[in-house]
Amino acid sequence: MRIVIAEDSVLLRAGLTRLLADGGFDVVEAVADAEQLLRAVDAHRPDLALIDVRMPPTHTDEGIRAALVIRHQFPSVAVLVLSQFVEERYATDLLFGRASGVGYLLKDRVAHVSDFLDALRRVAVGGTVLDPEVVAQLMVRHRHDPLDRLTPRELEVLRLMAEGRSNNGIVDALKVSYSAVEKYVSSILTKLDLPPTGTDHRRVLAVLKFLGP
Amino acid sequence: MARRRDGVYLDDVTSTKRTVHALTGLPVGVLSFALTAGLPIGLGYCAVWSLIYASPDAWALTATFVVLTVLAPVLVVPAVPRLTALQRRRFRAFLGVEILPAPPRGRWRQLAYHVLALFIGTIGATATAACWLAGVGLGAAIVLGKINPALGLLIPATLLAAPWVARAVAQVDTAAARSLLGPSRSEQLSVRIDVLSRTRADIVAATDAERRRIERDLHDGAQQRLVSLAMNLGMARANLTDTPEPARQAIEAAHEEATQALAELREFVRGLHPAVLNDRGLDAALSGIVARAPLPVRLNVAVPARCSPVIEAIAYFIVAEALTNIAKHARADRAEITVERVADRLHVVITDDGRGGATLGTHRPPGSDGTGLHGLAQRAASVDGTFALHSPAGGPTRITVELPCAS
Repeated sequence: MRIVIAEDSVLLRAGLTRLLADGGFDVVEAVADAEQLLRAVDAHRPDLALIDVRMPPTHTDEGIRAALVIRHQFPSVAVLVLSQFVEERYATDLLFGRASGVGYLLKDRVAHVSDFLDALRRVAVGGTVLDPEVVAQLMVRHRHDPLDRLTPRELEVLRLMAEGRSNNGIVDALKVSYSAVEKYVSSILTKLDLPPTGTDHRRVLAVLKFLGP
Repeated sequence: MARRRDGVYLDDVTSTKRTVHALTGLPVGVLSFALTAGLPIGLGYCAVWSLIYASPDAWALTATFVVLTVLAPVLVVPAVPRLTALQRRRFRAFLGVEILPAPPRGRWRQLAYHVLALFIGTIGATATAACWLAGVGLGAAIVLGKINPALGLLIPATLLAAPWVARAVAQVDTAAARSLLGPSRSEQLSVRIDVLSRTRADIVAATDAERRRIERDLHDGAQQRLVSLAMNLGMARANLTDTPEPARQAIEAAHEEATQALAELREFVRGLHPAVLNDRGLDAALSGIVARAPLPVRLNVAVPARCSPVIEAIAYFIVAEALTNIAKHARADRAEITVERVADRLHVVITDDGRGGATLGTHRPPGSDGTGLHGLAQRAASVDGTFALHSPAGGPTRITVELPCAS
């Protein structure tokens, strides 16, 4: 299984390379920032990219952004994001649209070698691996399952949203009017306790609730 | 610094310098009076006199006086700041006194000092000179046998009095210059407030920057190293299956401890400053703590344009600390957080349905870390924000915080 590693800490880059090599993976390249990562992914088309979140130059969320680019541009490449902290918002971003071939783990997890290698394999073959911390955050956030409140038709619309369809796409799929779809969507958002917040995350959050942990 | 010389206590300045100050007061006073009051009054007098008494033949002279009188302010206005600068140098050079610059609107006060300078200068210089000259004159008269040598007893008295007279002149002159050439009390206070506000903002910003720096250092240093250590121990644990039992147990224990240390360090570092706050703003960072909260919390964030990083950090820590407080003390079933930007203000409202009765209580039990609600109020106040607590017994409790977005 061919893997590209992006990790700016020299120590960890070397450690991960060794860990994966010992585990029988083929590390085709190990790079130190997001730009090199995208080049390496383009050049090698690996099965999986193992990505640190904070990398140069700004040491903020380069890794998440690079992971999103890879998911968009190279759908065949699975991504496993590692971070010192897991944030619900990053999980939401990563899972947006398509919850396959993606993982988001705390860096601590690499210490449990066999679990970690197992997670790598699952993500590489199209599975989803979320850190228990992320799941806990999502569970707390969505502890009262509001999906129960949706009608079957609304669930259907939400499922199509989860597939990444726009309102127009849903109109085509369900053969209903655009205004009907709009009504469904707004009813879903209301029932899922997602009042207007001025941000565009409501749709994503609704999808996430549907994908559910 | 006081030092003793010639039986007189001096501050930073010798009595010679004070004497020079008093003596230079006369010529400088004459000059400043002449330029500020003497010239216009003199010209005005000449003009009036010419208009009344001069023969019509001397019309050119009369016209010149009138024109010069009208033009006098043109000379006086630029003279005032120059004379002020001259006086300021004189005070600095001879008395070591710094007369603070006054705002430009204090021109009339400066003019008043320059007029007054003639009188202070004349009296001061005369009195000081008189003391020295009296001593010298008496001595000379005794030597020449003109007067009774018994009067020689007066010589030390006048010579000893001279420095004190110079000192008194310096004090009076300094007081006059400070109050007329320097900034007024309210101007001084306003400058002081500006300085204090600026330095306080600097301190708040520096504290914030320091937290970020420590977070970054720990993230790049200790955390990475611990991950690497835990990973190596994990590899050892996985591979060393045929190791003797005690060694294997030691490796297992070390591995457990390393992962435990990682978890603890992670909590600590996130508490210092959450990186996601920089990347994605308040909504994302607050989502993180709301998700971790041990009770259901509804979060509403409407901040279309982000506030300054310092304000975001303060708002974040206020919410985090308030949630911790609610979880610890309120016995609440649920809480709600609303963060809203209205024009240039950030409104943060935190409510819970707990038992209420919370107080700002500056009194804290010994050993407490100085945070709590009082700490929240201080954080808000540190950027000129407001903090209000409404918590009747039996609840609900409502904390309302307003912060300026741009600080």
